Amino acid sequence: MTDLVTYEDLIAANKRKSALLVVLFALFVAAVSMVLGLAIVAMLQPRALAAVDWRQGLLVGAVAAGVSLVIALIGFYRGPEMILHVSRARPIRHEDDPELFNVVEEMAIAAGIPMPKVYVIDDSAPNAFATGRDPQHGIVCITTGLRHKLNREELQGVIAHEIAHIRNYDIRLMMLLAVLVGTVAMLADFYWQVLRYGPRVHRRDGRRDGGGIHPLLFLLAILLALLAPLAAQLIQLAVSREREYLADASAVELTRNPLGLASALAKIDADPDVLEVANQGTAHLFIANPIKKFEARARTIFSSHPPIQERIRRLRMLAG
Amino acid sequence: MATWILIGLIVIVGLMVVSAIGIYNGLVNRRVRTENAWSQIDVQLKRRYDLIPNLVETVKGYAAHERQTLENVIQARNMAVSAKTVAEHAQAENLLTGALKSLFAVSEAYPDLKANVNFRALQEELTATENRIGFARQHYNDTAAQYNAALQRFPGNLVAGMFGFQPADYFQLDAGEAEAVRRAPQVKF
Repeated sequence: MTDLVTYEDLIAANKRKSALLVVLFALFVAAVSMVLGLAIVAMLQPRALAAVDWRQGLLVGAVAAGVSLVIALIGFYRGPEMILHVSRARPIRHEDDPELFNVVEEMAIAAGIPMPKVYVIDDSAPNAFATGRDPQHGIVCITTGLRHKLNREELQGVIAHEIAHIRNYDIRLMMLLAVLVGTVAMLADFYWQVLRYGPRVHRRDGRRDGGGIHPLLFLLAILLALLAPLAAQLIQLAVSREREYLADASAVELTRNPLGLASALAKIDADPDVLEVANQGTAHLFIANPIKKFEARARTIFSSHPPIQERIRRLRMLAG
Repeated sequence: MATWILIGLIVIVGLMVVSAIGIYNGLVNRRVRTENAWSQIDVQLKRRYDLIPNLVETVKGYAAHERQTLENVIQARNMAVSAKTVAEHAQAENLLTGALKSLFAVSEAYPDLKANVNFRALQEELTATENRIGFARQHYNDTAAQYNAALQRFPGNLVAGMFGFQPADYFQLDAGEAEAVRRAPQVKF
C-alpha cells in the first residue's frame, strides 16, 4: 500500500493529463481550422490567397479554439450520457438485481468512493465499463451477458476493476478521450468532404481538378485529413493499455483476491461474441477489447487493450 | 552584501513556511479521511442493527418456539447498540455474529421459512452487510496506513511532531472475534 506510486499520484496524473488533453485538442482544432480556412480560400479564389492577412488567420484559429473549448466543456458534463446513449445502456434499480447492487456498493465502500450509478447493456457479449467525470458522478455498466456468466466472486473482481477506474480518475481521461476523439473524427470527415466536394459546388465551369490550388497546401490538407483520426486513435491506445494493468492491480487491492478477476477474464476471453454497440471511439472504455477481430489482426501496436492472457498471468502471479 | 544575505534568508524562510503549510494541510486531509473511514464502519454496523428486528419478526412467524435463539440475537444487538467502549463493542459484535449464525443454522430446520421471500431477501442483505463491514474496515486500515506513512516520512514527520499529529490505530480483530470470523458459516450465493 505504501509503494512509491500511490493511487493519489495516479489521480493527480489523470487530472493533469485530462487538462492537457483539452488544451491539445483546442490547439489541434485551431491549427486544422486555419489550414482548412486557407485551403478553402485557395480553392475558391486562388488569387485572394496572397491578400490573406495573418491576423485574420489567427482570428479563425482563436474562434476555433474557443468553440473546441466549449465542445470540451459540454463533453465534460454530458459525455457520460452520450457514451451511455451510444452504448444503449439502461439504468437499473436495487430491486432489479440486489446481488449486483450489493457487490457494487461493497467495492465502493472498499475504495472509499460514493455509490456509483449502475447500468446494464442488453447484449450477450461479456463486457463492462465505467465512466463519469469524477467519483461523485461515477457510473458502472455491465452487459447482461457478462452479468449472467459470473459468480459473485468473479463479479466482485470485475466491479472492483471498474471501481478502480473510477477512484483513479481514469474515467475522466477516458471519457474526455472518447468525446474529443469522436469530435476530431467528425471534424476530419467534414474537412475531407469540403476538400473533395467544395470546389465542384462553387465553380461555374465545373472543373474539379486541383486548378489554382497551391499544391503544397493541398498536400498538407490531405495529410491532416488522413492523420487526424489516426493520431487520435494512437493517443487513445497509448492512454489505455498500461491503465488496464493498473486497474487490475487496484482491483486486487480492493478485493484482496486476484483469482476472482482472473477467472472472470478467462470467461470473457473464452467468449467469441462481439459487442455490437461498441465502436472505435468507446472501445478503450471497456474491461476487455469489445472489437475482437481488431485485436486479433493487430495484437500488439494497435490494440487498445493488453492481451487478456497476459493480464490473467499477472493476476495469478499475485495469488502466488 | 548584508541586505542580499537578509533577502536570501527571508526567501528561504518564506519557502519553508509555505511548504510546511502545504504539508500540514496534507496531513490534516489524511487525518480527516481516516476519521471519515472510521465513521463509515459505524454506518455499516448501524445498518446491520436496523436489519435485525425485521429478521427476528420474520423468523418469529415461522419458528416462534425458537425463543431462546431469537432472544439471544435481540440481546446481542441491544448490547452492541448501547456499547460505549471499543472493547465492549468488539465483544457485543462478537456475540451478535455468533447469535446470527445460530439463527441461520436454526432456520435450516424450517423449509417454509427458508422459502420465504422476505427471509431470503433479509439473508442476502445481512450477508451483504457483513461484507460491507469487512470492506469498510479494510478501507479504514488502508487509509490509516497512508496517514501513518505520511506521518513517518520526511519531511512530514517534522511537521507532524511540531503540531502533535497522532498515528491512527489499525482495526484488528481480537482473539475472540477472529475465531468467530474463522468459524463464520461459508456464505453461498
